[in-house]
Parts: sequence; C-alpha cells; structure tokens
Amino acid sequence: MSERNPLLRWDYVVAQRHTIIAAVIEHVQLTLLTVVLGLAVAGVLAAVALRWGRARPTIGAATAALYTIPSVAFFGLLVPSTGLTRTTALIPLVAYTLVVLVNAILDGLDQVPPAVDEAAEAIGLSPLRRLLGVRLPLAVPVIVSGLRVATVTTVGLVTLAAIVGQGGLGRLILDGLRRAFWTPLTIGALLSILLALVLDAAFVLLERRIAPWSVRRPASRAGAA
Amino acid sequence: MTDASRPAVQLLAVSKHFPDSVAPAVEHLTLAVPRGAVVALIGPSGCGKTTSLRLINRLIDPTSGHVEVDGRDTRQLDPIALRLGIGYVIQAVGLFPHRTIAQNIAVVPRALGWDRGRTRRRVSELAELVGLEQEQLGRFPDELSGGQQQRVGVARALAADPPILLMDEPFGAVDPVVRARLQQELLELQARVHKTIVLVTHDLDEALTVADRVALLDRGGRLAQYAEPDELLRAPAEEFVTEFLGPDRSLRRLALLTVDALQLRRGAAVAVGTSTHDARALLARDGGDWIGVLDDERFLGWVRGTALAGEGSVTEQGLEAPAALVGPRSTLRAAMDRIMTARTATAVVVDEGRFLGIVTLEDIRRALAERAG
Repeated sequence: MSERNPLLRWDYVVAQRHTIIAAVIEHVQLTLLTVVLGLAVAGVLAAVALRWGRARPTIGAATAALYTIPSVAFFGLLVPSTGLTRTTALIPLVAYTLVVLVNAILDGLDQVPPAVDEAAEAIGLSPLRRLLGVRLPLAVPVIVSGLRVATVTTVGLVTLAAIVGQGGLGRLILDGLRRAFWTPLTIGALLSILLALVLDAAFVLLERRIAPWSVRRPASRAGAA
Repeated sequence: MTDASRPAVQLLAVSKHFPDSVAPAVEHLTLAVPRGAVVALIGPSGCGKTTSLRLINRLIDPTSGHVEVDGRDTRQLDPIALRLGIGYVIQAVGLFPHRTIAQNIAVVPRALGWDRGRTRRRVSELAELVGLEQEQLGRFPDELSGGQQQRVGVARALAADPPILLMDEPFGAVDPVVRARLQQELLELQARVHKTIVLVTHDLDEALTVADRVALLDRGGRLAQYAEPDELLRAPAEEFVTEFLGPDRSLRRLALLTVDALQLRRGAAVAVGTSTHDARALLARDGGDWIGVLDDERFLGWVRGTALAGEGSVTEQGLEAPAALVGPRSTLRAAMDRIMTARTATAVVVDEGRFLGIVTLEDIRRALAERAG
C-alpha cells in the first residue's frame, strides 16, 4: 500500500462523487426491486403451499436448492439468454431471497396462536377474512424479520452483479480490484455495509408502524416466540 | 316473528363420529335449549361437551341427526351467516392481539357491514355493559389482565346483539377469585340481556351456579341427565350422575336453595312489654332456651329463658344481639354458616329490617329432605 495508493483518497471521492452517488442509487434500486419481487414470488409460493399442503416440502426443497447455486455461476449462466441486463442481475438475486421469504411467510402464519384463529372462525369470519384480517397481520413481525435477513443479504449479493455489468457499488469494488486501486474498493465496501445497516433500520421502523401491537409489549411477545 | 315456546336451539338425535376415532364423540344426543335459558353442558373429559357446542354453529357438522337454531335446520343455512348471528366465547379468549379492544369488539359488526357511527356507539355501550373503562378501548389485548380480556371476549360475542350465546369454558383460564366474579357478572348481565346461553364447563360448581338447566354428558357423548340444578342434586337419574356429583350433593344444594324457599317459622318471639309470665309460657311450649324480642316488626334481640324469672315484663335491656341475620335471598349455606356460629343456634330472617321468621338446622334439614321426597 503505497503513499499514492492508500485505502482512501478523498480527492478521488470528491472528483468521482457523481459516479458514487449513481452507484448508491442503482444499488438501492436493485436491492429494493429484488426484495419486492422476492416477496411477491414468495407470496405466491406460500399461497400454493397453503392451498395444497402436499406442495409445501417441494417448495421448501426447491427454494433451498436455488440458494445453493454459486452466485457467480448463476449470474454467468444467464448471460447467454438475457445478456448484461438488469434482468440477468435480478433473477438470481430474487431466487436467493425465496428460501428466507417463503419460510418467513409460512412460519409467520404458523405461529399465529391457534386460539386466535379458532375464535375468528367461531365468531363467523370467512376463511379469506381470517387469512387477510387476522393471520397475515399477525404474521407481519416474522415476515419483517425475514425481509430484514433477505435485504441485508441482497445488499451484499448485489455487488456481485457487477460481473454482469450491474451491481451499483459492486462496480466500484470491481473497478478497484481490476486496477489495484484501493479507494473505489474501500468506498464501495463501506457504503454497501452502511446501506445494509440503514435498510435494516428502516425495516425496524416500518414494523413499528404497521405492527405497533408487537412492539408495545416486547416482553410478552418474546415469551410467545 | 319467533315463537317464544319453540326452543332456541335443538339437537335432534345428533351423532358425531370423527374419522380418526372408533368411539363416537357424540351419540344420539337430543337436547332442547329453551329460549332465554342458560344451559350448561358438563361431564368428564371426552364426553363430547365441546363437540356438542361446536355442532350448534356448524364449526362441526353432525354425522347423523340434525341441529335446529330458531326452528331452522342449520344445514340449510350458510355457516358464516349462522356464526355471525350467534355469539361465541372461547376459553383462551382468542382476542386479536393486533387489534385494539374497540376493534376486537367491533369485528362482527364490521363483518356485518354496520356503519362507523353505529359500530362506535355499540362498542361504547358494550364496554359499559361488561364493565370496561372507555379509556381501555384504545389499548391492545396484551395490556389487559386476564379477567378484563375475558370481559372483552364477552363484549365481542354480544356485539351484534345475537339472541344466542355459546360459551366454551369461558372462565377456565382465569384464577378462582376472578372466575367467581365473572360468573356473578354473567348472571347480572343475563338478567339484563336475556340471551339463550349454552355454556360448556368442567366445573360442577360453575354449572350449578350459572345454569338454569344442566346437561350432564357421559363419555362417548351420551346424555345422562338434563335437569335443573336442584333436581340434578336431589334426584340423580343414574349411578354415573351420582358419582359425578360426588358425596356432598346436599351441601351443594345448600348453596343453591335460598331462605325464602323455606316455610319460615315465627318461633318463640314476643313483643317488648309482654309480661314475663306469658313469655315463659310461650318458651315452654316452644321448648327452646331463647326467646326473640320484637318491637313491632323489628327484631331487637334474644333473651335467655332463665333471665325471665319473676314478675314484670320483657324489656329492651340486656338483650343478646341477633348475630345471625340473613335475608330471604341468602343461600341456605349462608344461613347454616350463621347458625353454626350463633350462640342461639338460630338464624333470624330479616327483610329490610322487617322480621320474617327464624331458621334452625332442623328447618334446613327438613327442607332438604322434603324436597327430596
């Protein structure tokens, strides 16, 4: 590490600030898009597992299998068919979130106290009302936990999408690696970590907003879980 | 509109076999729940009492036989509509933890499509009815005590003013002190709302206290006896009933019967100013040791026979205070308790200061024996 190539050169940061900001924005976009699409796909898979209980182990195994594909290979394998596009980046990223999100949704629904669902049925709520009005809202804390894990993981994985020409901060890191010039690498890594922390905190705030009941009495919830 | 003489709920030769069990959960059960009555379903575990309850609002459909609610075969009715029209309280309360107390109570009105204003008025009315503070309405269930949660459960069940209320071990999850209070509250509530209530319990005392009629089920869902609490205790229909009720049936009856069910005796009682001579004569006829002293209708106290020696009249001085006072609505159990601890071995029955008569252990014993015959 020479005098001219320290871990962080501020003049580079200042000069490249537009590139850096654009990378952050792209990174956030890719991450959020991944998590939103992941949640949507996971929702469909969870619905299938709920409707046809026998499909549940298959869905579990399939999403776990997706998770085992080495990421670099996954991105690379798609290039011939989808090119160096955002789609190529999104497919593996979304695929990786599924194992966490499908399980979070199903576990979240499973941990709803049976008495609550029984009461809902007994007083005359239809199956759909019970799912949407009772079980799903009660699953929110567990689903949000799943979203937090998926998001933090995705922020890290997005950097790898740099190899298919996407990847936000990953491109800074890759640039630094190629040129053996540490500043973009350091900046890319630091901002990626920071982004993960910020998004994680945002989910905590989100949970407080949409599930205030789960936050008010943390003691009793911890006891139930 | 509805025929008052027709039972609110009727099970007609209902059987329920669950596929994973050899023995039937409920066997050929016929039971009519009169309109406005509180009926308790009780029996040992596995007697099908909860199954029977769940058959009423079609949480379970019978294998054979049929269930009528308000004269209509429930199988002709949409289960969701049927349930929305019947209040339901479960043991674990099952409040929605993500909804405030007000929202919990409003669940059925909302499902029925009531407008906001009407729902809000009803919620606040119900809070009042079951004894919840208005400021608790904005809280979450976790923030309330078990007893308060149970009250919310009852309010939720009553929200749309259903004529029928089903209660599955409603007070099973609270401690005995709170349970006793909630039972009392239920009776007071019932006196105001006049619902038809079917209640499942494993607590004999609860069934005897709360219910107008008790249905005692044996294992396998066979109805062993269906009778008013006192009749059940007085005349068990079979060996199983006798065993289930236990060896202290008479003591339990004491808790059910009230003083006004007795034929009250005036006993040896004289007015202030009566001559001691007459008082002695009365006491001699009565055969007791004590004589009551009255001022018009007011019972002043007791005087011992041995203190009536000589000539003169009975005065207010030196009377033994009447320690054992009971009212006409007191239970015989309470009267007996007073008698045991009073020196005079007699309870004095007073209604708003007016002397009605006296009760001794012998009176109580005779009352139990007479009613048994």
